[in-house]
Amino acid sequence: MQASNSYWTLFCNVYRKDVTLAFRQRAEIVNPLLFFLIVITLFPLAIGPEPALLARMAPGIIWVAALLSTMLGLDKIFRDDFMDGSLEQLIASPYPLSLAVLAKVAAHWTTAGLPMVVMAPVFALLMNLESQALSATVLTLLIGTPLLSFIGAIGAGLTVGLQKGGILMSLLVLPLYIPVLIFATSAIDTSIMSLAYSGQLAILGAMLAVAFVAAPIAISSALRVSVS
Amino acid sequence: MLEIKALTCIKQDRCLFESLNFSLLPGQIMQVEGPNGAGKTSLLRIISGFSRPDEGNVLFNNQNVTDDYDSFAESLLFIGHKTGVNLQLNAYENIQHWLGVHSYQCDKDEIYRLLGKLGLVGLEDVPVRTLSAGQQRRVALVRLWLNQAKLWILDEPFTALDKCGVAMLQSRFQEHLDGGGSILLTTHQDLTSSFDSLQTLVLEYRH
Repeated sequence: MQASNSYWTLFCNVYRKDVTLAFRQRAEIVNPLLFFLIVITLFPLAIGPEPALLARMAPGIIWVAALLSTMLGLDKIFRDDFMDGSLEQLIASPYPLSLAVLAKVAAHWTTAGLPMVVMAPVFALLMNLESQALSATVLTLLIGTPLLSFIGAIGAGLTVGLQKGGILMSLLVLPLYIPVLIFATSAIDTSIMSLAYSGQLAILGAMLAVAFVAAPIAISSALRVSVS
Repeated sequence: MLEIKALTCIKQDRCLFESLNFSLLPGQIMQVEGPNGAGKTSLLRIISGFSRPDEGNVLFNNQNVTDDYDSFAESLLFIGHKTGVNLQLNAYENIQHWLGVHSYQCDKDEIYRLLGKLGLVGLEDVPVRTLSAGQQRRVALVRLWLNQAKLWILDEPFTALDKCGVAMLQSRFQEHLDGGGSILLTTHQDLTSSFDSLQTLVLEYRH
């Protein structure tokens, strides 16, 4: 037995545990994706299958569906660890809690966000989204979904100690998702008009950079409050 | 090593304890006693740094634990009511994860040997949720053999353990104390082995 002093080891350990658990309970990965698909298919049924109308609404629908299905898995990020005491063990570790939190958010994105990014082009075809907008859809989701995981984890950390925290968490988190939604859909709209959308992507990227630095600190403070 | 100064904890308008002072030196073991609701767990959680006291300080090596929590955590092993064992993972994965989180390393053979020593032979790779309560507790207690922490804080470590398990745990306590460590624990049973350095702290239930 010896001490290994590496932040990377901690990151990998926490990440591996969460991803392993998600793959053991495959419903956790599949359910949000099915939800995403169902929400998208509901719209043509409700507003009519007129291709021009659907194409016009596609960016908004895809992104609102992405927001909602991200919310589904958020509650789980810290819930089990809070219930079984693993969270206390993470706090009582000699490493910074924010690093473990970063690993947990990364694991959440891998199991919830990444599958959506991969499946988005297929779903976009269902909505008759124009082909020049496909790359914009994938790029905004690629930058936007980690951002959703970061922001959502703040809400999850704050509400993990509450009995029925799920709804409160949605109320806390959804308003914070609005800027992401605005810039992401605006980027896809711009790409439909065959204009450059790098501006919106840059803003999303800037938001992600800020979240990457600031969110783990906020989440770990929220968790410390929830545990005490 | 550990020094508690004028510690006060108030929960829901009830004062659990007030101006509590004690210290724990290397090689000493302290048992916290008291009826349910007296504040034993609250005291242990405050000392471990999970909750803040309403007044007073917890000093470790003459330094306030909240000032540099990460270095305090290096010397701390905490096992609470909720043991931090994930029920979906198996015993080996649980231990590997815990070791990684606490900057320890240990090879597979050694972990299997310890699991065998604790009576978990053949149960290393089944999900922990299929084990009995006592066996789940044993998976958490393997940590006692795998750490280099000086201060052990254990909340009801004997819960669900059989007599043989309790005896094994106490012999491990003695080894830890002989090595200059200290232990703070709560338990409702009296310790069956006699420890030379045993101190008892009694918390009264206050109305």
